[in-house]
Amino acid sequence: MSLRSLTVDELLDQASKGDRRAIGRLLTLVERGGEAADQVAKLTHPDAGQAHVVGITGAPGAGKSTLTGRLAAGLAAAGHRVAVVAIDPSSPLNGGAILGDRIRMDEPIQTTEGADPSNVFIRSMATRGQSGGLAVAVPGAVRLFDALGFDPVIVETVGVGQIEVDITAATDTTVVVVTPGWGDAVQANKAGLLEVADIFVVNKAERPGASDARRDLELMLDLGGHPAWRPPILMTTAVDNVGIDDVSAAISTHLGHLRESGEIEARRAVRARSEVATRLHAILLARVDETMATPEGQQVLADLNDGVVAPVEAAHRLSNDV
Amino acid sequence: MQDPIRIVLAKIGFDGHDRGLKVVARLLRDAGFEVIYLGLRQTTDAVVAVAEQEDADAIGLSIHNGGHLTLAPRMVAAVAERELGVPVIVGGIVPDRDIQALLDAGVAAVLGPGTSGADVVAVVRSTVAPE
Ligand SMILES: Nc1nc2c(ncn2[C@@H]2O[C@H](COP(=O)(O)OP(=O)(O)OP(=O)(O)O)[C@@H](O)[C@H]2O)c(=O)[nH]1
Ligand SMILES: [Mg+2]
Repeated sequence: MSLRSLTVDELLDQASKGDRRAIGRLLTLVERGGEAADQVAKLTHPDAGQAHVVGITGAPGAGKSTLTGRLAAGLAAAGHRVAVVAIDPSSPLNGGAILGDRIRMDEPIQTTEGADPSNVFIRSMATRGQSGGLAVAVPGAVRLFDALGFDPVIVETVGVGQIEVDITAATDTTVVVVTPGWGDAVQANKAGLLEVADIFVVNKAERPGASDARRDLELMLDLGGHPAWRPPILMTTAVDNVGIDDVSAAISTHLGHLRESGEIEARRAVRARSEVATRLHAILLARVDETMATPEGQQVLADLNDGVVAPVEAAHRLSNDV
Repeated sequence: MQDPIRIVLAKIGFDGHDRGLKVVARLLRDAGFEVIYLGLRQTTDAVVAVAEQEDADAIGLSIHNGGHLTLAPRMVAAVAERELGVPVIVGGIVPDRDIQALLDAGVAAVLGPGTSGADVVAVVRSTVAPE
């Protein structure tokens, strides 16, 4: 039976029975955007909101995928159904992408005792033109997994040199992965790190400089005063599965903090607002193009070319038609 | 706009390096494909599980250890069993005399060592049926 001929309803029905092909197919629809994606969003919204959404971010090669794979394996062994969205960049030149995150994830999941691979679903995603380390389809994919009962849902961002990604607008808990020597590379951006991180992981901790990296982070946090949640700093050697349980524990402790402090509602309100804003921007952008193509739009553009109006006036003249 | 073609690339079996497969990955990336790169030492079951999660349009296997006559049909069977309906393309070292046997076993295309970059892209594209 080909899935390509099924409706969104039918696919969701299959997916909720655990059909992984149907889940894969739905994710493709979400990525494609448009009508089918809107329908998935509408139908999954009522069942979503249960999952803990965890972001993993950090510099290229810091070990995000290795850590994510280990975390997912451990969580699956503990009885969770885990979803992972792993993002890599699309080439701006040709739109192609090499999605190489899951190469670090499948093996630990297959080999960890007690971890049933069918309880882990990993989807690789290309940014497809989106900046900020995420893909446009991330909120939709997260909502789908959430509605299907996956919990947690882990999002690995593109490796970013500067930690200024939109990850906090997409997740409940953000884990920032650094490595020994990281401080030299991101000196200028330390303040930004503070705002983003709920948990710090110093990965490749077997390397020299790991304790320096930790001390740097501690000092930085000391400057931040006494917030209600002070991000813990955890040391891992993800390739050797060292320190992973502590990260897992910190992630669930943070969820407890979010719930007790009521901050989870605040964060999710921000997330919802940001998704609406993104959608609204897209709708308005489309209308801008439409307006420019109307006869009035063409007239104003002609006046602009003749030097009769300035660009800003042209925009004002058309703004009511948008 | 059409979705980029998504292809899973993997090397099946226990042989050494994946330099050739990396070259193919880059070729396809530069032609606008989204390549889910699995690299070395994969099993047919693992590849099929990935193709399912990734909703891949095609599976590309590199086989260098002479196991193509068993491994490729096994992959085709695994794809059929899970009803994935995606083409399996085989590259690597396949003697000319074995090509027909692979095609008869349901392999969609065989890319020998001499295949040009442009041909790799064209052949992969042609195996993926338009929706
Ligand atoms: N020495 C050491 N190497 C590690 C450790 N964790 C991961 N690595 C290696 O670091 C390299 C990059 O790991 P990934 O997990 O792919 O890193 P990433 O942050 O996901 O990379 P991008 O997604 O490309 O940004 C791989 O070769 C890993 O094997 C560690 O704890 N110690
Ligand atoms: Mg990665």
